[in-house]
Amino acid sequence: MSEPVLSVQGVTKRFPGALALDGVDFAAYPGEVHALIGENGAGKSTLIKVFTGVYHPDEGQVRYQGEPVDFGTPLQAQHAGISTIYQEVNLVPLMSVARNLFLGREPRNRFGLIDFRRMHREADEALRDLGVRVDVTRALRTLGVGAQQMVALARAVQVDARVVVMDEPTSSLEPREVQTLFRVIRMLRDRGIAVVYVSHRLEELYEVCDTVTVLRDGKLVHTGPIAELDRLRLVSLMLGRAMGEVQSEGLTKFSGEHDAGGEPVLSARGLRIRHTLHGVSLDIRPGEVVGLGGLLGSGRSETAKAVAGALPPDEGEVLVAGSRIRTGSTPAAIRAGISLLPEDRKAEGIVPGLSVRENIALAALPGLSRFGLVDEERVDRIVDTFMKRLRIKASGPHQKVGELSGGNQQKVLLARWLAMQPKVLLLDEPTRGIDVGAKAEVQKLIDELAEDGLGVLLISSDMEELIEGSDRVVVLKDGAVVAELTGDEVTEDRLLTAIAAQPQDLEGGRR
Amino acid sequence: MTQLALRGESLDRARMMRLLQDYGVYVGVVALLLANIVLTPHFVSAENFRTQAVQVAPVLIVALGMALAIGSEGVDLSVGSVMALSTSLVSLYLGYGPAVAILVAVIGGMVVGLANGSLIAFIGVQPIVATLALMVACRGLANVFLPQLKDVRDPTMASLGSGSVLGIPYLVLIAVALALLVAFTVRRTTFGRQLLAIGDSRPAAQLAGLPVRRVLIIVYVVSGALAAIAGVLATARLTASDPTSLGNLMELSAITAVVVGGTSLSGGRVRIGGTVAGAVLIQLLTATLIKHDLPPSWTQIAQAVVIIAAVYAARERGRR
Repeated sequence: MSEPVLSVQGVTKRFPGALALDGVDFAAYPGEVHALIGENGAGKSTLIKVFTGVYHPDEGQVRYQGEPVDFGTPLQAQHAGISTIYQEVNLVPLMSVARNLFLGREPRNRFGLIDFRRMHREADEALRDLGVRVDVTRALRTLGVGAQQMVALARAVQVDARVVVMDEPTSSLEPREVQTLFRVIRMLRDRGIAVVYVSHRLEELYEVCDTVTVLRDGKLVHTGPIAELDRLRLVSLMLGRAMGEVQSEGLTKFSGEHDAGGEPVLSARGLRIRHTLHGVSLDIRPGEVVGLGGLLGSGRSETAKAVAGALPPDEGEVLVAGSRIRTGSTPAAIRAGISLLPEDRKAEGIVPGLSVRENIALAALPGLSRFGLVDEERVDRIVDTFMKRLRIKASGPHQKVGELSGGNQQKVLLARWLAMQPKVLLLDEPTRGIDVGAKAEVQKLIDELAEDGLGVLLISSDMEELIEGSDRVVVLKDGAVVAELTGDEVTEDRLLTAIAAQPQDLEGGRR
Repeated sequence: MTQLALRGESLDRARMMRLLQDYGVYVGVVALLLANIVLTPHFVSAENFRTQAVQVAPVLIVALGMALAIGSEGVDLSVGSVMALSTSLVSLYLGYGPAVAILVAVIGGMVVGLANGSLIAFIGVQPIVATLALMVACRGLANVFLPQLKDVRDPTMASLGSGSVLGIPYLVLIAVALALLVAFTVRRTTFGRQLLAIGDSRPAAQLAGLPVRRVLIIVYVVSGALAAIAGVLATARLTASDPTSLGNLMELSAITAVVVGGTSLSGGRVRIGGTVAGAVLIQLLTATLIKHDLPPSWTQIAQAVVIIAAVYAARERGRR
């Protein structure tokens, strides 16, 4: 193969408290579609930002067309020929398609004014080249997301890009639009452009990419032709679990099996959200911990949010103990006994400026009041009970929650929900970003709660936690349930196999 | 690790700033009082205190509602115009007796608040834009109802404006009562707690199942009602309705009182005591400068200095 058009060698990037990239090598060759994959925090976006001039590497070198370069700003990288297309299209929505295509380099007539006729003609030709037919005089925002992305692509091609970086370009596209996108990507490849393609959808990677680079925890774990890597191996590389690895039981604080019997306390039926969920159904019985497995972007958090009323589903129903509840309303879900511990604890969970006491009492407040007046004694009693039971470490009930450690913040949130006496707890990454000791405590607590008869839905990117904590694992992929593991099937091998499986007839499938 | 190190270094500074934000306004009021007692002749007299208190009452009442709006991470710019609307409604309905007139005026203020709150809670308009629209609309409406200044000749209204019990003017008593009521609501009711949570973190409040829309609407309805009451009291004191000028720039005075009083503009905090002291501080500052025959432009500059000091003290808190 020829020389790489863009490469980085031994790039290291540190952030306060975290090593985002650790001596990573990467090379993109002309006429190649290069997949860049990895789970949350693997360093994909940091790497992209290093070679598009957003970040400067602490160590290592970026080479572009054989020369060492140091892009000061994203604009310089763009001028040099590295175009980035983000998930959300970054164009000017109110301007016409043609204006967007020629933004900053409009063709001029001899008076120095914009030559609209020429601009419209050339814009039309450029888009037709990509197989897109739109009226170029229309405002960009009147186009579908897919067409907007095509305009962004056309712009990238027009400015003589040598490298086009696409960050999850298909996350909001219809299946038909995805096919158009792929056609354009192949066209770019045939013109000798290097495409760096970031996506979590395995099918897409195998369909359109030639090479794959896998990052994990800021390190390069694999790079090579994608055809030589089977799906199972790819998934295990991403998640850092080797197939057939000896089971090391007892690493987490989960006891394992619970007696789950009786009617489901929570049933979700055919939940659909455009682009996100394609008919997800699941049951949780009292006393059972149901794990929700899958890769990033498979719709785990969205499922939990849809059940808890925080995301209104387009279709589908949620039943608590057999009776249907109103979807898309958090108060309705909470009244029915559903509690959600959100993934983003700091932004969506705690109220940082209020005290531990106020945070715990927040949701239960109406029940602790008479005629709108807060019954301070009852609040004190409940707060005291839960602070002791969950062993919340704070200087006192009046300390601000924002000042607590992550683990204790999580416990405060658990206390907020337990004070509501819920029937179902939805836990989205309950132990992410909290220290080892607190993690073990939270895991033990989840176990105890299930033993007390609560239905628990556990979402975790930590494989060990998911496998050991769950009695049953429902595996999601591209917003649909692809497998359900029960009993002896709840093993890492089976989970990896399920995630890596070829799509057959996905419910409401994407093609 | 980094956070701990940071804390250690700037702990004293941060604490200083916090103390300044929390209690600076009280220190300012006491300092101004002391300075005046020494420097200003005839300052220590019941008559003078009465005048100052009567003058500050309307601003104070408006600032109470403003404190709630700011605590919910919003702002209510329509308060000055609501005062104007209130004065024209009083004048218009005085024929049915003062009680009816006052009731109509307060209901008018609440309707404006309902419009503000609905725009903000249901349509998702930013508070500054929604209340700006109502600010313009209400001033116009007030002028339509009552195109020019009109005398208000009514014994009840007159006694409301200038009467007193035990030497304390009704106006002041009403302002104090309302301040206590709002302070109690913020501290002791479910509504107050929910308001603070919503102001601090809207997404968290929403996921915790709080009635976010209802709380926001109530905030603006209360703010509208308080502004209308302030309008009624101002009318009673002036014994005239002047919808063109009454309440002009009142929104800015109210915001000043709230901010100087230590309520942060980023929401999640409501300090009623501080707001009262903030309104008093600005009033004293103005009075002091006037009594020493300084031109009004000096008053404005002094106000600006106080605001900048308050914002500077609040700045530290913004970064958490």
